[in-house]
Amino acid sequence: MSEMKTTTVEVRLPSRMGFEKVAMSTAASVAKLMGFREDRVEDLKTAVAEACINAIEHGNRLNEKLSVGVVLSAGADSLEVKVIDDGKGMSKHQAKPDIDRKMHGEEDPRGMGMFLIQALVDEAEWVAGSNGKSSYVRLMIRLDKDAE
Amino acid sequence: MQSETKSHVDQLTSPAGHPVTVLRFEGDIASTSKDAVLGTYQALPKQTAKLILLDFTKVDYINSSGIALVIQLLIEAANSAQKVYAFGLSAHFTKVFTMVGITKYAGLFAGQAEALAAL
Repeated sequence: MSEMKTTTVEVRLPSRMGFEKVAMSTAASVAKLMGFREDRVEDLKTAVAEACINAIEHGNRLNEKLSVGVVLSAGADSLEVKVIDDGKGMSKHQAKPDIDRKMHGEEDPRGMGMFLIQALVDEAEWVAGSNGKSSYVRLMIRLDKDAE
Repeated sequence: MQSETKSHVDQLTSPAGHPVTVLRFEGDIASTSKDAVLGTYQALPKQTAKLILLDFTKVDYINSSGIALVIQLLIEAANSAQKVYAFGLSAHFTKVFTMVGITKYAGLFAGQAEALAAL
């Protein structure tokens, strides 16, 4: 993987819960080949898993006839991951979870996926497909050479 | 595709002499883990199980749905005047639990011995 330009790896997942782990493992393998620290690999695994879960559950609504595309683009100093589904895209960003409100029943205990994604990678953006389909989330994690 | 979550319960006594109920989990903690997490907790006798220790030593994968189950357990425990602690989380999931605020309601320890010594 030395003198790497941009190398692309693609995975297609069925819209079935649990298959996010396939994308998670693939992303981890690519990140390790690129030289990411173990803690950053763990951050990426959780972010990719949550993005795939959102795509499977909310984007494709668990319709197993639809697949989730995962495109990993490894550059010289960063890894970009696009997770593509056939939904309309996320209409709004989730607020940071408030554990006190959750504990008092004022907020759903669930709904932390987007927060985790944003907190664990360097960049995250949600893009709605222009035709109301093929929406994606783009994640970016950078190789921090100074900290390696 | 998601590995089944296994759970079992141990009854221990802390060095200070307090009875401690340990819920040990194994496998993934995800949306399919409701019975293993909440079901196992709800089967505990609420009058006597006042100190509860969650053992994540054999858990490799926890997603946001799994975290939500842990929060639901904490809500029910708070309503039953039970105290919940946890140990055995990886460094990554210790960070995630801290980020979402779980550490405010469940003390985290590196291992079982450290947890029992504090109870």
